[in-house]
Amino acid sequence: MYSPDDDPFYLKGYKFTGRLILGSGKYPLPQIKEVVEAGEAEIVTLALRRVNAGGQENILDFLPQGKTVLPNTSGARTAQEALTLAHLARELGCGDFIKIEVITCAKYLLPDNEQTLQAIKLLVKDGFIALPYMTPDLVMAQKMEEAGAAAVMPLGSPIGSNKGLMTKELIRLMINELTVPVIVDAGIGRPSQACQAMEMGVAAVMVNTAVATADDPPAMARAFAQAVRAGREAYLAGLGPVGEPQASSPLTGFLFTSEPGSSKTD
Amino acid sequence: MYPNNAHIPHNLTELQNDINKALAFDFSSVTTQKARRVLERESLTVEDLAALLSPAAENYLEPMAQRAMDLTKRFFGRNINLFTPLYLSNYCLNLCAYCGFSFSNKIRRGRLNFLEIEKELLAVKETGLKDILLLTGDNRAKSGPAYIAEAVKLAAGLFPSVGLEVYPLKTEEYAQVKKAGADYVCVYQETYDPDLYGRVHLKGPKRDYLFRLESQSRALSAGIRGASLGALLGLGDFRRDVLAMGVHGLYLSRKFPASDLAYSVPRLRPVIGTRETFNEISEKNLFQIILALRIFSPSFGLTLSTREQPSFRDRLMGIGVNRLSAGVSTSVGGYAGEDHGDNQFLKSDSRDVGEVCRAVITRGFQPVFTDYARL
Repeated sequence: MYSPDDDPFYLKGYKFTGRLILGSGKYPLPQIKEVVEAGEAEIVTLALRRVNAGGQENILDFLPQGKTVLPNTSGARTAQEALTLAHLARELGCGDFIKIEVITCAKYLLPDNEQTLQAIKLLVKDGFIALPYMTPDLVMAQKMEEAGAAAVMPLGSPIGSNKGLMTKELIRLMINELTVPVIVDAGIGRPSQACQAMEMGVAAVMVNTAVATADDPPAMARAFAQAVRAGREAYLAGLGPVGEPQASSPLTGFLFTSEPGSSKTD
Repeated sequence: MYPNNAHIPHNLTELQNDINKALAFDFSSVTTQKARRVLERESLTVEDLAALLSPAAENYLEPMAQRAMDLTKRFFGRNINLFTPLYLSNYCLNLCAYCGFSFSNKIRRGRLNFLEIEKELLAVKETGLKDILLLTGDNRAKSGPAYIAEAVKLAAGLFPSVGLEVYPLKTEEYAQVKKAGADYVCVYQETYDPDLYGRVHLKGPKRDYLFRLESQSRALSAGIRGASLGALLGLGDFRRDVLAMGVHGLYLSRKFPASDLAYSVPRLRPVIGTRETFNEISEKNLFQIILALRIFSPSFGLTLSTREQPSFRDRLMGIGVNRLSAGVSTSVGGYAGEDHGDNQFLKSDSRDVGEVCRAVITRGFQPVFTDYARL
């Protein structure tokens, strides 16, 4: 019988079993706890720019206890700015996990892979556990791994687009070639798409907009949790090949029959 | 009208050309069929924006509202960002036919000194707001760049986000206020029609249409992270002005892809001392404008001021609009209770911050005080 507890993944030695990562900034704050619990999330992301320390409606006051807060650096446009935000996270008591978001394309919210790589180097040097949001690119991901990233977080499609795994093939190569976990970060709009990502072998999926824009966010979080678990179990069970087997005339028959001149030398 | 559908203006000359095309657009040429088809497209051209602003599109306000709401939720979540304006000075050298601060208006003029500014800032801080917009009239002798920079510095010490709505500055002056802590600027073109612009801006430095048109570019080049643009709806033909504003927005987003851009859609309000009558913009017109802009520029912020009625502001939350002013005073020195000058315009929504927050929560949204990190 499958139990997520027996099937952990690791981020720089830290053990996690919740494979659905949820956001916190797109719905009313009092709903965060209910959504996170319904989604059985272990990691919850937090936009540092939203922290209203000591003020009204402070998002930090609404994050459920006992979860790993993964602060993100949204708002940063350079590696140096990401580092500044990471240190702010530390000051706020949010720990050393940082999701690096360096975005220089406000229209599609696409990450700047080059600055992100620089940010990983700076953050790792300062002892942070860096999880970069990135545009899927195996060569870049290998450099990020080399620079000390704890995982890579490629986008499935642009943030908020709900288009699912448009970058599927590129993510597949990353799963094959990288040692660090691959976590699909953006574009997952439906539980079936999350399930598909998990079936491919990603370690976890991050979902925010799809849950936040649902009519009933907690119910949608629950649906995602089930899909993620199903996808993970399917991956572990070993998926069969796709498509019907092709029948053709035997290609190896000649090895087993003695035809004139086939295996004899004079 | 636009031979290349994907055409985007790349420099000031192209921008002017495209604005002129927008101003010449014949909105009556848009068929209902065309307006409906635009709604099926994933991303819109300028011509598509024209279709959504046309009278024909009035038949499709419901599907437009549904799409606008969906896009607003995707980009901004169920959040409404709150801010308030703070008037530093209402001395102004411009003679503008529509403005309460106009040079010829016999109103009480005032300028806050730095001690008074601090008092005002502290009074606003008390309300819990974290995003403040500093405003002055256009008078370099009374409120010059150094005065503005000093005010910004005071504000930046107390607020995580400081905006500026002042006369157009030169690039090096924008760099100066950026260094002092300015996070974004708002410069409204009022009307994009150069002829009308000349007719309503009768005297003063504001007569320079092009210098104003390039304000956001100078500010963003100087390193300021965000810029707002807007037209004062009712001065000219609103459809043409909003279409030209869309062209301007497209130009800025192409030139400064990393910047935070936003639209404002102020309607002309009754002010002290104006005799002019301008075009009536109904709430239905304004609703259509907001929907069209949201669908055209999904990632842009969209602000609605207290010029509008509470009921209208509340209904527009999340349907295009993602940012509201709250607890507003439009007079100089209005927060600390020491009035130093008259109002710029009469506001329609006089609710305090707590009341606006409750309205936001009641409608299922989250009031957001800070959504910005100064870096």
